[in-house]
Amino acid sequence: MTEENHNVTSKAHAPVGEEDLGGTGRTAKLKIFRGDAEGGEEVEYETPLVEGMVVLDAVLRIQAHQANDLAVRWNCKAAHCGSCSAEINGVPRLMCKTRIEEYGDEEIHVGPMRAFPVIKDLVSDVSWNYEVSKGITPFTTSEKAPFTMYEEDVERLYEPKKCIECFMCQDVCHVLRTHHKHAEFAGPRFFVRNQWLEMHPMDEADRLHDLKEDNGIGYCNITKCCTEVCPVGIHITDNSIIPLKERVAAEYYDPAKWLMRKIRGRRNGSRNGSRNGG
Amino acid sequence: MEGNEHLRRARENYETREHDVLVIGAGGAGLRAAISAADRGLSVGVVTKSLLGKAHTVMAEGGIAAAIGNVDPDDSWQQHFIDTLNSGKFLNNWRKAEIYTKEAPAGVYELEQWGALFNRTEVGKIHQRPFGGHTYRRLAHIGDRTGLEMIRTLQEKTLATDAKVYMETTVTRLFKDAQGRIAGALAYTRENGKFIHFKAKAVVMATGGWGRIYKVTSNSWEGTGDGCILAYDAGAELVDMEMVQFHPTGMVWPPGARGILVTEGVRGEGGVLRNASGERFMEKYDPDRMELSTRDVVARANYTEVQEGRGTPHGGVYLDITHLGYNEIMKRLPTMHEQFLKLADVDIAREPMEVFPTVHYNMGGIKVEPETCATHVPGLFAAGEVAGGLHGANRLGGNSLGDLLVFGRRAGDGAADYIEQSTHSAQTGEEEILTEIGRVLEPLEKPASDKDESPYLLQEELQEAMMEHANLMRDGDSLKEGLGKILAIKDRLPNIKVGGTRLFNPGWHAAQDVRYLTQISEIIIRCALERKERRGAQWRLDYDGPDEELGKINFVVKRNEQGEVGIEKREIPPMPEHLAALFKEEKAKV
Ligand SMILES: Cc1cc2nc3c(=O)[nH]c(=O)nc-3n(C[C@H](O)[C@H](O)[C@H](O)COP(=O)(O)OP(=O)(O)OC[C@H]3O[C@@H](n4cnc5c(N)ncnc54)[C@H](O)[C@@H]3O)c2cc1C
Ligand code: SF4
Ligand code: SF4
Ligand code: FES
Repeated sequence: MTEENHNVTSKAHAPVGEEDLGGTGRTAKLKIFRGDAEGGEEVEYETPLVEGMVVLDAVLRIQAHQANDLAVRWNCKAAHCGSCSAEINGVPRLMCKTRIEEYGDEEIHVGPMRAFPVIKDLVSDVSWNYEVSKGITPFTTSEKAPFTMYEEDVERLYEPKKCIECFMCQDVCHVLRTHHKHAEFAGPRFFVRNQWLEMHPMDEADRLHDLKEDNGIGYCNITKCCTEVCPVGIHITDNSIIPLKERVAAEYYDPAKWLMRKIRGRRNGSRNGSRNGG
Repeated sequence: MEGNEHLRRARENYETREHDVLVIGAGGAGLRAAISAADRGLSVGVVTKSLLGKAHTVMAEGGIAAAIGNVDPDDSWQQHFIDTLNSGKFLNNWRKAEIYTKEAPAGVYELEQWGALFNRTEVGKIHQRPFGGHTYRRLAHIGDRTGLEMIRTLQEKTLATDAKVYMETTVTRLFKDAQGRIAGALAYTRENGKFIHFKAKAVVMATGGWGRIYKVTSNSWEGTGDGCILAYDAGAELVDMEMVQFHPTGMVWPPGARGILVTEGVRGEGGVLRNASGERFMEKYDPDRMELSTRDVVARANYTEVQEGRGTPHGGVYLDITHLGYNEIMKRLPTMHEQFLKLADVDIAREPMEVFPTVHYNMGGIKVEPETCATHVPGLFAAGEVAGGLHGANRLGGNSLGDLLVFGRRAGDGAADYIEQSTHSAQTGEEEILTEIGRVLEPLEKPASDKDESPYLLQEELQEAMMEHANLMRDGDSLKEGLGKILAIKDRLPNIKVGGTRLFNPGWHAAQDVRYLTQISEIIIRCALERKERRGAQWRLDYDGPDEELGKINFVVKRNEQGEVGIEKREIPPMPEHLAALFKEEKAKV
C-alpha cells in the first residue's frame, strides 16, 4: 500500500524535510497475529521503513493506515511504562525498544504474550497480575517520615524499584506459561516487589510465610529465563529470588527456628507481624 | 430509524455501578484523590483508560519540586512561591501557589512514608537537584525515574484500600441531575465495549493533559484532554487555555522518537546547549541563568537557533552532558543514557544529544477553588494537569508532580466533605444513558458511506494544523487561519466511521478522542487570539512585549447558551499583604 506524503512547512517545526524524514526507500514487512480468544492467524503487512524504526512505530503506522482496529497497548514509546510487551519471533520484547533493523533479512512475527489469556491481536489479559499485587502485604512501618537512611542502606533497593511492570518475566516463566500455576505462584515480578519490601530498612512486616505459602516461591527452580527478558536489567533470579529463597529456608527449614515457632507461635523480632496477626 | 435501533440494543447492554466518589484518571492526581476519599470510609471507584500504573505520571523523570531545604537550607516555601509566580508571569492563582508551596514538602514525606525511595544526601536525607527557574536545589528525585517511583507507590497504596479500580475503561460523559448536580458518568470498557453507568454524587476529574493536539509531543495516546471537555460540557469554567508548554528538549532523531522527552534533569546536572557552530547560545538569551532559565525562554532560544540556520543536521541543537562522565551519568541519568543508546545509537557519555522543543504540558485547565478543588458544578472536583491556575503562563519543572500530591489529596478530601454534607441521591434518567450509548456507538454502527473519514487521519490533520498555527511563536493571521482549519475539521466529525467490532478496537476508541481534541484546539486558538501580547508561553510575534493590562487578567472559558465557546476577561484579585510583601522584600534584596 502507499501513503500520501504530507508537505507541511510549519513554523515551529524543525525546518527540515518533513514526512520524508529518514525514509530508506525500503519497506518493513511484519507478520502480526490477528485474532482473539477463539483463535486467529498471522497477517502480513508492509509499511515504509524509516531510519531507526522500532517495531511499535511500524505497528502504529499499520494501525493508522491499514488496520484501524488492530489492538495494541502502548504509552511512553521510550521503555518507561511497560505497556507495549509482545512476543517478537517468540521472545517477549518491548516493541518500543526493538529496532526493525535488528532482524536483518529474518521475517518478523509479532504476537501477544501467551502466558495470559489473549483478548485481541497483540493485547492479552494481564489483570491477574494486579490481583497478585493486591495480595502482597504493603510497605509497613511505625517510623514517621522523613526517614534518615543512607545511600548504603538503600543502594540495593534501586534495582528492584526499576521494575516497569511489563510482565514479560511472567510471560516466560514456565511455572506460569507451561504449568499454569497462577493460583499458587506469584511469578518473578512479584518476587522483585517482595524483595525491596523485605529489604527496605524501615519496613517491619513479615512476608516470609506468604512467600512460601501464597506466593509459592518454592516452585521456582532458578532457570533464569525471567532475568534474560527483563528490559530494565533486573537480576531477578540472583538478586531477588535467591535471597528470598534463602530467607524462607532459614525461617522454615532451620530446625532451631522451627522449634521456636512451635513454641512462640510466630516469628521473633518482627515488630509488626504479618497480616491478621499472621 | 437508526436511533431507536441503538436504544434497543443498548438496553440489554449496560450495567450500573454505584460509588460515593468516582475518580476519573489513575495518574498521580487521581490515585492520591482516591486514597484520601477511601481513607474517609467512602466507596470509591477509579477509572483509567490504560492499565494501572501506565498514566503519564509514570513517564516523569526529573523530580518533585518541594522546598524541603535538604541541600540548600536557605530554601523556603516563600522562595518557592516567588519562583513559581515569576515563572508564571503573575497569571497564577496566588492562593493555589501558596497552598502548593507550603504543602509540597508534606506530599513528598507522605510518599516516603508509603515506601517511595529517593536518592539520599550524605547525611541520609532526601536529595534534591537543581532545575530551571528554581532559585535553590529543590527537586526530590530518584535518578531520572521519579514518576515511576511516585505512581508505583500510589498504585500500591490504592490497591491496599477498598477502592475499586476499573482499568482500561473510558468515560464519555458526565451526568447531572435536574438541580444541576453531578449524578454520575457513562463509560465503556476497552476490552469488549461494554457500557457501565456509574452512579456517583461526586466526581474527581484527574484526566491529565492534551499534548496530543500537536504532532510533536512528549505525551502518549492518552493525552487527549477528555476530562477538560467533559467538564466543559457539564458547565465548568476553564482558565488560561492559551498557555501550552513547549519543553525545550525533545528528541529529534530518529523520526519515530521525535518529541520523546529529554528530561530537564540533564540541564539540572550541568548539561550545556550549543548550536551547530559550537556556540553556547544561551548567553544571548539569558546570560544569568543560562541553560537553567525557565522553559519558555529556553524553548524559544532552541527554536530560534534552528530557525535562523544554526541547527544540527537533524534540525535541533546540541545538548551536551559528556563532562559528567560515564559513571556519574549512570548514577544520575541512567534512563536517558539507555533511551539514547537504544533508540538513537547515541552514547550520551561520549557525544552530545540533538534536541528540539516538544509539546509537553498544559498550564490551563478546569478552574477550581484552591482549598477544595471544587468547580462551579456541584459535585465536580478537579486536580492535576487537567486543573488550571497553579502555573500561570509557564510551569516550572517539578511543579506538576508536587501539584498532583497536594491537590490530589485536597480534591479527595473536598469530594468526601461534599458527600458527607449531601443528603440527595444520584439520579440519571434511562433515556439520557441510552442516548449517550447510541452516540458512542454511532461511528461503529452507522452504515458506510462515501463521506466516511478515518479518525486517525482526521487526528493527524488536526495535529498538523495546530503545529503550524498555534505553535510556540504565534501571530494573529496564522491563528485565524488555524481556527478556520479546526472549525472545518469540527464540521467533519460526524463523518467519522470505523470498522471492526466492539472488541478492543482502537479505531473506535480514537473516534471518541477526536471530538475532545477538536474542541480543545478551538478553545486554545480563540484564547490565543485574545491574548495580544508576549507573556510566558504565549508569544505573539505581532505584538512587541507584555501588555500591562493583560497581565492583570485571566481568560476564562465557559460554554455559552448557544453551545459555543464563551470567553470572559476576569480580573486577577490583588494579592493579600503577606504574599505581596514577599516580592517587595525580593526587590529590596537586588
Ligand atoms: C515524559 C514526561 C516527563 C515529565 N517529567 C516531569 C517531572 O520530572 N516533574 C514534574 O513535575 N512533571 C513532569 N511531567 C509532567 C507530569 O508528569 C504530568 O503533568 C502529570 O504526571 C500529570 O498527572 P495527572 O495525574 O494529572 O494525569 P496523568 O498522569 O496524565 O493521568 C491521567 C489519567 O486519566 C485517565 N483518563 C484520561 N481520560 C480518561 C477518560 N476519558 N476516561 C477514563 N480515564 C481517563 C488516564 O487513563 C490516566 O489514568 C512530565 C510529563 C511527561 C509526559
Ligand atoms: S528463575 Fe524461577 S521465576 Fe524465573 S523464570 Fe525460572 S522458574 Fe520462573
Ligand atoms: S521484573 Fe523486569 S521483566 Fe519483570 S515485570 Fe518488572 S521490568 Fe518487566
Ligand atoms: S510504550 Fe512504554 S514501554 Fe513501550
